[in-house]
Parts: sequence; structure tokens; C-alpha cells
Amino acid sequence: MSTYAQKKGFGATVWDFLTTVDHKKIAILYLLAGGLFFLVGGLEAVFIRIQLAVPNNDFVSAGAFNEIITMHGTTMIFLAAMPILFGFMNAVMPLQIGARDVAFPFLNALGFWLFFFGGVFLNLSWFMGGAPDAGWTSYASLAIHSKGHGIDFYVLGLQISGLGTLIGGINFLVTIINMRAPGMTYMRMPLFTWTTFVASALILFAFPPLTVGLVLMMFDRMFGSNFFVVANGGNTVIWEHLFWIFGHPEVYILVLPAFGIFSEIFSTFSRKRLFGYSSMVFATVLIGFLGFMVWAHHMFTTGLGPVANAIFAVATMAIGVPTGIKIFNWLFTMWGGSVKFTAPMHWAFAFIPSFIMGGVTGVMLAAAAADYQYHDTYFVVAHFHYVIVGGVVFSIFAGVQYWWPKIFGTMLNETLGKLTFWLFFIGFHMTFFIQHFLGLWGMPRRVFTYLPGQGFDTANMISSIGALFMSLGVIVLLINVVVTSVKNVKVGDDPWGDGRTLEWAIPSPPPFYNFKQLPLVRGLDAFWIEKMEGKKGMTPAEPLGDIHMPNASFLPFVIAFGLFIAAFGALYNGEHSWAIPVIVIGLLVTFGSMLVRSVKDDHGFHIHKEELMDDNDKGVKA
Amino acid sequence: MANQQTNSGNPRVDHEYRRRKSAEEMRYQVVSFSLMIFLTLVAFGAVAMKGSAWFTVPFIILLAVVQVVFQLYYFMHMSHKGHEAPSLFLYSGLLVGLITILTFMTIIWW
Ligand SMILES: [Cu+2]
Repeated sequence: MSTYAQKKGFGATVWDFLTTVDHKKIAILYLLAGGLFFLVGGLEAVFIRIQLAVPNNDFVSAGAFNEIITMHGTTMIFLAAMPILFGFMNAVMPLQIGARDVAFPFLNALGFWLFFFGGVFLNLSWFMGGAPDAGWTSYASLAIHSKGHGIDFYVLGLQISGLGTLIGGINFLVTIINMRAPGMTYMRMPLFTWTTFVASALILFAFPPLTVGLVLMMFDRMFGSNFFVVANGGNTVIWEHLFWIFGHPEVYILVLPAFGIFSEIFSTFSRKRLFGYSSMVFATVLIGFLGFMVWAHHMFTTGLGPVANAIFAVATMAIGVPTGIKIFNWLFTMWGGSVKFTAPMHWAFAFIPSFIMGGVTGVMLAAAAADYQYHDTYFVVAHFHYVIVGGVVFSIFAGVQYWWPKIFGTMLNETLGKLTFWLFFIGFHMTFFIQHFLGLWGMPRRVFTYLPGQGFDTANMISSIGALFMSLGVIVLLINVVVTSVKNVKVGDDPWGDGRTLEWAIPSPPPFYNFKQLPLVRGLDAFWIEKMEGKKGMTPAEPLGDIHMPNASFLPFVIAFGLFIAAFGALYNGEHSWAIPVIVIGLLVTFGSMLVRSVKDDHGFHIHKEELMDDNDKGVKA
Repeated sequence: MANQQTNSGNPRVDHEYRRRKSAEEMRYQVVSFSLMIFLTLVAFGAVAMKGSAWFTVPFIILLAVVQVVFQLYYFMHMSHKGHEAPSLFLYSGLLVGLITILTFMTIIWW
């Protein structure tokens, strides 16, 4: 039975991953694809910093610079940060609630492949006549007039990958609501599960506005409609609203899971229950709600009027309150705990001051009157990089180090992990701290170069050297991954020794059915409670019985691939005679495979009780 | 987890209880169904009377809201136990949608 135990050829492994519906393998796919896009987006960032290192530079042309900044932002947000966090959610959340998989394993795979093909489509623009160049926000006033197919790649690529994200979010919601193990009440869920839940709810409500915006943009660009074309009675500000109704919650979609990861790390390595658990949950939900009422703070200078500006300014500042609650709770978690400074804890520790700096500039920017000064300067660039890198990217590095043993069964090297931390931490502050001042001195964002003698030269050079340090940090991480994989020293269930939540109660990596018997949860930090009572593992909540598992399927790949084909047809619609047939073929592939899925009965299979007992006797960890 | 469960060991008691419950349920459905037909007729009537649009439009919208509530609570069983999560998400979505409509009607220049 156990396909896991057998050594497989390379081809078989690839086929296994192409057809898998197992949340742990889909997690690895998300981490791989997200990591790849992270490197691409990072390379683009390096190009930006090389171009801006010295005044009057001509490393890239103005047009190419616009493409690079657009793709840097879009790639990092949609194709790197979010998918990597989805990877952690997939890998850890079902384990944390004591489930055998997510609610809809097939949809889980479909969500991944949609994201992947959307991302590949978007990046193919580099080789097919130019990338999008209207900024990651793609404001309609620029986007409508952009030459070439760049914006079309943006619109279609994000539409496809956004569909995948939406599917993933809904899947996580249903999983958390319906599949918790016996005893796992809402108020016993680990904080990473809670933040996954709230972030998924935000995805559910925030992605539809983006979808609507992208559809309108698609019609304007490809079918001659006039939603955003001012000359024909359209209104470009509508795009801004639709984009930011999505865009602001998107920030919380990224940062809430980051908060969740850090909450786990703080309490694990302080060896203490998370301080103020219920207030943490409350703050998470409150941030989620308030996140939908503040989007216009990105548009203070569009002329909304003083009343609207004031309302959105106050609402924005209000978000500082629940965030502050969280910061204090993390500090009090460490206070009096016996803190172990592991590599993940380094990131968590550094996250607090870094993120607070991003929060403080956030409140400064929220003051609408002052925002007229900061708007479109490097001050804004510094602010959001402090929030997104200091919050989200730190959490990704921390999460990789923390959950690597659970996902891959080996431990990343701690010394190299700390080296990555120091290189990246120094580089990060060097790059972005000085950008606050560049902004206050008057350097506008999104310019491809600047003249010498304006007082920007030294600061930009410092900023670029910082980017070098960050790159070195990432390279050390890659070396760490290679070294760890080559050495391949397997670890036990609870390699940190301080695991509190359910994922540490099962082998690393877990068997494909996760839990032989569903665990009985007796409180927050379920595994810790059992350990404190001297038990080795969880008390089972059910007798050993047959386990029902879903079959692997190649259909999710095919469904997503059909949309990928159709997108090329839509892109060249009206230019080539083959465009319409390509759209039709692509959609036939998609809907055909959906039809196959609907009419073919697939009941999955059972792992029989006897096989599970065999495993136990031989001491094989699946 | 959130499904309704019968909590009596005695199947007969359970059966009796559920029969009574179903009959009650049926009555509510019939009542709300006839109310809905009535409200639809009223809506048509309001338009047919050709009164001021300032009265007719809000009035029809109000009737529509009432119909939606009937639909959700009596026909789709949202009043039953175990529907807390769906109602939470329904109302959150409604809130987000209404705020969007409100801002589009107030602060966008046309
Ligand atoms: Cu915002």
C-alpha cells in the first residue's frame, strides 16, 4: 500500500506531484513555485537598485525600468508572498486542527495549478513583446494607453491566478469550519489557524472586486468598451476604487498569516502559552473587519473631499489599536519565558521593531493632510517595504526555518540560518531606512533615474548596497537548503523539542493520512498539555479504523492548462486569425475536463485497518 | 461538526418530535409562501398605480428585502441551528458590498 516507502524514479515523482491532491505535497508545490517567483521578483529588485545606484545611470532604459518595477511588485505580492504563505497554510493548518486533509483536496490542487499557470503566463510577457508597465496597481489612466500586450498579460494572468487564490481561500474556510478534530473548539485553535481563517475570509471578500476591475479593464483593452476611458465618458477613478477595495485587504491577507507564524514561534521558543490568546483572536478578527473600511487612504490626493478623507484617515488610524494589542501580547509572551534564540526566533525578535517602524510611518501616511506631502515619494516606498518585508518576508524566512523539519523531515542548519538572518536584517534596514529620508528630501517614486547634485546620490548608493546584503542572505538560505538536503539527516516528531501544537505530535514528514486515529484535543496547545502530563503523544478520539482517502487526479492540471491556452487566444484576439480558435480550444479543454470530473464517479480508496496496524508493528513511519 | 444531530437515544421519541417539528416547519413555509405571493402582487400593484417614483422605488426595494429574508430564513433554513457560519459570512459580505455601493454613490465624481 504505502507508495511512500518505495524508492521512486524521477519521472514517477514528477507524475506524483502533477497529480497529487495531498495537502502536504501541494504545500511543497506552493513553496517551490512561490520560491521560484520570489527569486525572479528578487532579481528584478536587484536590477532596480543597480539602475538607481548612481545618478544618470543607463543600466536599463526608462521603458524597461517601468516594466521591471511593475513586475517586481506584481510578482512579489501575487506570485511569491501569497503562494508561499499558502504553502505554509496547506502544510500546517490541516495538521494543527487534527484533520486528514483539507475539505476539498481536488479543488486544492486546482487552486495551485491555476495560480501556477497564471503566474507563468504573466512572466511569459518578458519573452513575448514586453511586460506590463503601468505599476503593480495598473492605474487605468496609464494602463489603457499602454502600448503592446503588457497590460493584457497582467489582466489575464492575474485573472487566472486570482481564481486559484479564491478557490484556495474558500477551501481553507470550509476546512477550518468543518474538519476540526474532536475537542478542537474555535477558541482552542492555534493562532496560525486563526489567522489562516481570517485571511481566507478576506480573500473571499477582497478578490471579487479585483476580478470585476480586471474584467472591466479587459473589456476596455480588448473589446473597445469605455469604462475607464475619460474621453468617452468613462471614469478612471473607478479602477482605483476597485483596485484598492481589493488592495488594502490584500495587505492583511499577507500580514495576518505572518502574525500567525510569529505567534507560534514566540510561544514555542519562549516555552510559554501565548499571552492574551483571546485578545489575539479578537484583534485578528477586528483587523480583518477594519481592513475593508480604509482603502481610500491610498487615494487621498485624488480629490475625494475633506469629509471622505477624514473618515478614511480616522478608520486607518484605528487599525493601529488591534495591531498594538498584538505587539504587546508578543512582548508579554517573551517576558518571563525561558527564551531560546533559535534562527526562527531571531526573525520573530527582529520583526517587532521592524514592523513597528512600518506601522508608525503608516499612521503618518494616514494623516490625510500630511499625505499630500508624502504621496508618490520614496517615503511611501520605504513604508510599505517595512510592512511587507519587515512583516511578511521575515515571517516567510522564519516559517521556512521553523516548519522545514515538519515538511521535509530534515533540519535546516541553524548557523547558516542565523547568517541568513543577519545578512538580510542588516541589508533590509540599510536599503529601506534611508528611503524614508529620500522621500522627505523630495525623491519621487517610480522614476528610472535622477540628476546628480540633488542630494540623492549617497543615499541611493547606500540603499543599493543594502540590496546586495539581502541578496547574499537569500543565497546563504539556498546553500542551506542544498546542504541540508544532501546530508539528509532525518529528525523525529518534535525536532525543536518545544512543539505545542498538533503538527508536532505526528512524524516528520507526516504519513499521507496524517493521523492514524484522530486526536482528542483537551485545550489550547493540545500537544503541550499531553507532554506536561508525561504522555508521549495524543490521546486518540476514535478506535483504529479504515481511513478514506481521495484518489490522485491529473484533471486539475488540465483544467488550469486549458485556461492558460485560452488566455493566449484572448491576448491576440483581433490581431491573428487563429485567436478565436485558440480561445475555443482552450475553453473546450477546461470545460471538457470539468465535464469528465462531473460524470466520472471517483470514490477514492480506503486504507484498511490491518495495513495501519502493520505499519505500527514494523515501526515503519510510512 | 455543525450538522444537526438527533440527541435522543429513543428512536420513537425522536420520531414524534421530528414529526411535530416538520409539521410546524411546513406551516411556516406555507404562510411565508403565500405572503411572498401577496407581496409580489403588492409590488405589481404599486407600479400599476403610477404613483410618484420617489414612493414606488423605495417601496419595491423594501418589499424585495422582506422577500429575501423570507427566502433565506424559511426556505433555506437559515433560522435553524448550525447556520451561524453561513449567516456570519452572508452578513459580512453584505456589509462589504453595501459600503462599496455607498462610496461609489457618494465620493466618485461623474
Ligand atoms: Cu491600505
